[in-house]
Amino acid sequence: MDFGTFLWTSLAAFLTLGTFSFLYKDNPFYKIAEHLVTGVATGYFLIILWHNGLVPNLFQRLEDGNWYLLWLDSSRPLYLIPAILGVMMWTRFSKTWSWVSRWPMALYIGISAGVAVPVEMSARVNKQLYATMVAIDWNNFFGHGGFNLLDTTSGLSQVLIFVGAMSALIYFFFSKAHTGVFGGVATFGIWVLMIGFGASFGFTVMARISLFINRLQFIDDNWVQNAFNTVREPNPNWSGWFQAVFWVIMVLFIGYAVKEFVDYRKRVRSQTA
Amino acid sequence: MVYKLTLTLLTFLLIAPVVSAQETVAASVEATVGDPPMIDSSLIPAPPSDIKAVDTDNDHGHSITVTWELSADDGSGMNNVLSYEVFRWVPFLMDELDTLRVELARVAAEIDSVGRLTGELKDERAVIWAAIDDMADQMPEAHRMYPEGGEWRLLGKVASGVATYDDTGGKDRKVSDFIPDFSDLYFRVEAVTSDSAIRAASGVAGPVQSYGQWFNTGRTPVFIAFMFFGIMTVFFVIKARRGAELYVRPLAGIEAVDDAIGRATEMGRPILYVLGLGTAADVATIASFTILGRVAKRVAEYQTELIVPTYDPIVMSVAQEVVKSSFSDAGRPEDYNEDIVYFVTQLQFAYVAAVNGTMLRELPATNVYMGKFFAESLLLAETGALAGSIQIAGTDEIAQIPFFIVACDFTLIGEELYAASAYLGREPVLLGSLKAQDYAKAAMILLAIVGVVAAQFEWNWFIELFHVVD
Repeated sequence: MDFGTFLWTSLAAFLTLGTFSFLYKDNPFYKIAEHLVTGVATGYFLIILWHNGLVPNLFQRLEDGNWYLLWLDSSRPLYLIPAILGVMMWTRFSKTWSWVSRWPMALYIGISAGVAVPVEMSARVNKQLYATMVAIDWNNFFGHGGFNLLDTTSGLSQVLIFVGAMSALIYFFFSKAHTGVFGGVATFGIWVLMIGFGASFGFTVMARISLFINRLQFIDDNWVQNAFNTVREPNPNWSGWFQAVFWVIMVLFIGYAVKEFVDYRKRVRSQTA
Repeated sequence: MVYKLTLTLLTFLLIAPVVSAQETVAASVEATVGDPPMIDSSLIPAPPSDIKAVDTDNDHGHSITVTWELSADDGSGMNNVLSYEVFRWVPFLMDELDTLRVELARVAAEIDSVGRLTGELKDERAVIWAAIDDMADQMPEAHRMYPEGGEWRLLGKVASGVATYDDTGGKDRKVSDFIPDFSDLYFRVEAVTSDSAIRAASGVAGPVQSYGQWFNTGRTPVFIAFMFFGIMTVFFVIKARRGAELYVRPLAGIEAVDDAIGRATEMGRPILYVLGLGTAADVATIASFTILGRVAKRVAEYQTELIVPTYDPIVMSVAQEVVKSSFSDAGRPEDYNEDIVYFVTQLQFAYVAAVNGTMLRELPATNVYMGKFFAESLLLAETGALAGSIQIAGTDEIAQIPFFIVACDFTLIGEELYAASAYLGREPVLLGSLKAQDYAKAAMILLAIVGVVAAQFEWNWFIELFHVVD
């Protein structure tokens, strides 16, 4: 690894440690990481929006027209409509004309909602209903091998899924009080939901832990081991510099930890006094 | 005039080599055909029969479905059919169109390499586009010339035992698989054995024309469900407008909002309202706007501080309008400040980093998370809990609800978020739609029970009534 690459890796490691330091409390290292990533992300998305949004979807579609005819002679003049709507959003900068920006917003939300309704109805209602209409497998009611609760194809699983789905649906009745038998079924429904949420939680937390491990591996493989040449071929020209950069970063974090400890002791002493 | 001359010249220059090449190919094919290989005629399978070609249903056109009866030697008889090859008769004009497309691609590459559209390239591209349009307009006429001026082209293969093939092409005249609508198309199928020279051809199916349909009948169940729900909604909205009392059960999460605002006022700390990562078109975000309106109104009345960091610029604009009108409704328009709602960034974890930092620096008394959330849900909610804020969350993202349940004081689960906006707003339209939703759910439960019984007795006709085909 050359020195330039190591410097960038060190920056990545510094930002990783800075972000993890948030687990202790808000601190200058976290603030650096936060402001850097927020600023870079905003700038990055501005360019992405320009190159992947405006240029191909607007400018390139109108470019065969002439500016002095306001691109009305373009082969696709309809693209002027979204362009005008986009420009209307800029009226937000004027207090007098800011109401104009409500038109494109209303159009955007209205069209999107209109497009979403049949899609949602199909995916979340019709297809779910169709998938629920399944015959119960009485021949395999208790699962393969006699009695197997983990067999998701068994008749018992089918019954549980059906009853769970229906009772969860009953929980989401809003215009009827959850009392009596109805309330009992709704309570069973929320229990079913909670079991599902618990499983989902465990599954996702495991995925997050694997991300955490991956990040620690990055720090170890790409940063610490390069700094001390423990695995790769030694780089005699730069190895001293590698370690210097490593220790500068470590001193920053350790120094901050010592300062925090001293401050804590002072606070405790002043409270005791 | 000059334009037309250029067009004619370009068309001629582009087409002449193609026609010449076709003549050469035709001559070589004739030479090959004139000297056929020796084939044992006893091995030739029975041809596919009863070939039919019809316009593909429920699409935007540019597609034909070809069906046939399997060869008698497919799965029985000599059982030597390996596959079926489907052919379409294509006029040579289609090749000329292809040549123009290649030319168009060359000009596009040149434009890319130059980095901008120069006048010369612009003119050249316009000429090619015009030539392509002109040729595409001639397609119906060229297809009517069958069998003159064209040849059979292989479209694709299907395995033995399969008796259908969809010839689906592009709609855009500038793409290579363009299939013209309203043109007479002809198809043929050949049963092919392991020796590709031993094959048997069906008769010709055609003429058939492709065209688009106005309605996708495969989605009729969606239309019926939509109509049912729509009628119910209109009915209950009218009922609510006439003053009927429509009951909505209390939602703990929403009732906690007022208490949380009061707590923030007493503590002299701000309220943080997060709209999530959804766009302004997401249903969850739209529901969140209603709740934000209610929170902003209370905030204006109590003169508490409100912080709304947003992820999407359009969401920011809408949220600003919502908060502004809420301050006006509360009789305090002068207290409204544009900086209450601000844009952070559109990168998920950068947004989380910024909001988390705000939580720990401003120490809001209450955090409200309503809208569409993804992997950031736990990061936000955990930080809020660390900062000691009362937290109320609501999302329709099923995978994120567990995290909010774990880390927040109150959570609106899925549809409760939509119900919350009706509960708070008490507007007839929202209350009516909520009531209609309940009836729709009741109908679904009933239909699901009948459906399971129908499945048990194999009344498949009933189940198929609900089958949506995209």
